[in-house]
Amino acid sequence: MTAFTMGAVTYDPKVVTIWDGFRVWLTAAGLPFDYVLYSHYERQVEDLIAGRIDAAWNSPLAWIRARRLAEARGLPIRALVMRDTDRDLASAVVVRADSDIASVDDLRGRTVATGAVDSPQATLLPLEHLRRHRLQPGTDFTVRRFDVGVGLHGDHLGGERDAARALIAGEVDAACVLDGNHLLFTKEGVLPSGSTRLLTTTDLYDHCNMTVTGAADASLVAGFEELLRSMSYADPAVRPLLDLEGLTSWEDGRTDGYDLLESAVTASGFYDGTGTVTAAEYRP
Amino acid sequence: MNLDLAGLAFDTGGRLLVQKTLAGLPPESTITVTGRNPFLTLHLRAWCRASGHCATVGDDGRVQIVKGRQDADRWVRAERAGEPDTVARWPPGHWGLAARGALLEAGGPEPAYDLDDRDVVWADLAPRLYAHAAAGQWDPATAVPWDSPFTLPTDIEAAVVQIMTYLVENEQAALVIPARLLTRIHPHFREVVGLLAVQAADEARHVDVFTRRALHTGGRMGSSSAGGRASLASLLAEPDFTLASFLLSVLGEGTFVYLLTFLDRHAPDPVTRAVTRLARADEARHVAFGVAHLEHQSATDPTMLGRLRRAIERRHDVLVDTAGLNQDVFDALLLLAAGDWAPEALSRGHREVQQLQADMDAGRRRHLSRLGFPDDEAAELSALHTRNFM
Repeated sequence: MTAFTMGAVTYDPKVVTIWDGFRVWLTAAGLPFDYVLYSHYERQVEDLIAGRIDAAWNSPLAWIRARRLAEARGLPIRALVMRDTDRDLASAVVVRADSDIASVDDLRGRTVATGAVDSPQATLLPLEHLRRHRLQPGTDFTVRRFDVGVGLHGDHLGGERDAARALIAGEVDAACVLDGNHLLFTKEGVLPSGSTRLLTTTDLYDHCNMTVTGAADASLVAGFEELLRSMSYADPAVRPLLDLEGLTSWEDGRTDGYDLLESAVTASGFYDGTGTVTAAEYRP
Repeated sequence: MNLDLAGLAFDTGGRLLVQKTLAGLPPESTITVTGRNPFLTLHLRAWCRASGHCATVGDDGRVQIVKGRQDADRWVRAERAGEPDTVARWPPGHWGLAARGALLEAGGPEPAYDLDDRDVVWADLAPRLYAHAAAGQWDPATAVPWDSPFTLPTDIEAAVVQIMTYLVENEQAALVIPARLLTRIHPHFREVVGLLAVQAADEARHVDVFTRRALHTGGRMGSSSAGGRASLASLLAEPDFTLASFLLSVLGEGTFVYLLTFLDRHAPDPVTRAVTRLARADEARHVAFGVAHLEHQSATDPTMLGRLRRAIERRHDVLVDTAGLNQDVFDALLLLAAGDWAPEALSRGHREVQQLQADMDAGRRRHLSRLGFPDDEAAELSALHTRNFM
């Protein structure tokens, strides 16, 4: 039987540990499963749409592109599952605690640090949030981007961390950061507790999902979904992998948490309506 | 239940309070958190997401948390790694490095320790001996009177240097053997592991002070014989814990205790006297553990005496063609006991060395008898012990 094949992007060496472990677990549970690794999300999405892989463990931005590409071709596509931790995230725009910036509007004429060009949480979403406050990036304020791990859609935290460092160093006036990463950076000492002030937060949004298309074998897709959903945090064989992947349970894939990112992608011209990469400075 | 953090930030202590509040509640319980820190909602929501709790923010800014199952599920199949004061017969490999009595999360590595049988590694005396060993550590910098002035005749100094050179290579072997063994012992038997660790540290200190004494007057180290090194190599080749412990601690160090006593008595200077006396006290402890361990074993294993006998015979066969004790060492011991080159002094020195060897033999026979060997067999086996002493 042909193995059900999933794509994953290697934003960190632990990705191999995680999917090697899941492969053993899924295979033992009766699913002929394999995975292939990609160095960035764009090729993974293209291979999913071309039918070279059956599923893609996608970033939210990769989901947007996959959906646009699929719909342009009339190919059914859906978010099969997502982690419980992929639901209801928020990004923040923070300033130094002693900053004279008191409101979002005070960012006019200032410099805002972001993560990499393709980071949903540290670039695309917070900039879209500021657009909705009638502030155009690059026009009403300067964007200072920290392009680390381009092509990894922000999974590599390097750019986001550098943006936070630039804020504390006084090189920029504000920085964009994911809620959980703000907490992480305070723990790391990158943003010492009390050193920043919260200016604004985005609406809640969703993060990664396991994307499948109608081209995949329906019974294997169903088996894959069933097994992922059956993974229990109480199972000591699978718990270390769940810990590494950062989840307690696999939940239903939902897509109504991507509206803000859809708008951001369109407004920034990152992809066009058919999923073609149109971002000028994007070189994964 | 409402938890008001007042002005406390989540990242400066608020998390601890939330965690503490949730810890006492079953899954699905609900608490409400309020506070004035502007980052509270952002941080609380992110932390709850990562911790498996569900957080929702009300219109009034209160955060409602529904406790998740992550914590309960993590510990659902947990077990205790035995009890702190009870030594298990066969501690399982997955207890691994955990403290005796610790609550173990299920899963994790399953290391294999080949020495995992209480009856092979344990001695009831081990906890007391460990405490004694830990309390008996001495500082080479202050315990030895390095600054005491003395001048020795050139030949006597050379004899001291030769003996120190010989002691160093023996102590190197005595260091390596317990260090290698302790990595194979299940950490559950922590007193035994600790005792062997201190034993290795003792030997490291002996290597240090004997080396320093040898070089104390500015000369070079003495000689090392091929036969001596062959004898020590045969000790290192023994993989069996019980047999290695028997050959090294009971027979080797048991013999060495007499040598160190002899050197203490005939030391021509205060530094030599101090280093040999200090080392002797440590070695006596090593012998005590070796004997206690073998006594524990002989009570449970009727085949042990036969195994010990074969170990002695095997080592003797390996060494039968080697020269035994370095002649330079033998001569140095004689000269040290003589004190000078006068014929009557040398004759006395010779008698002293003969007596030393007789004392060593008597000591070995006593240990062998204590382990259960009949007197005649103990005498026969003692005679097969290496002529290199260790």
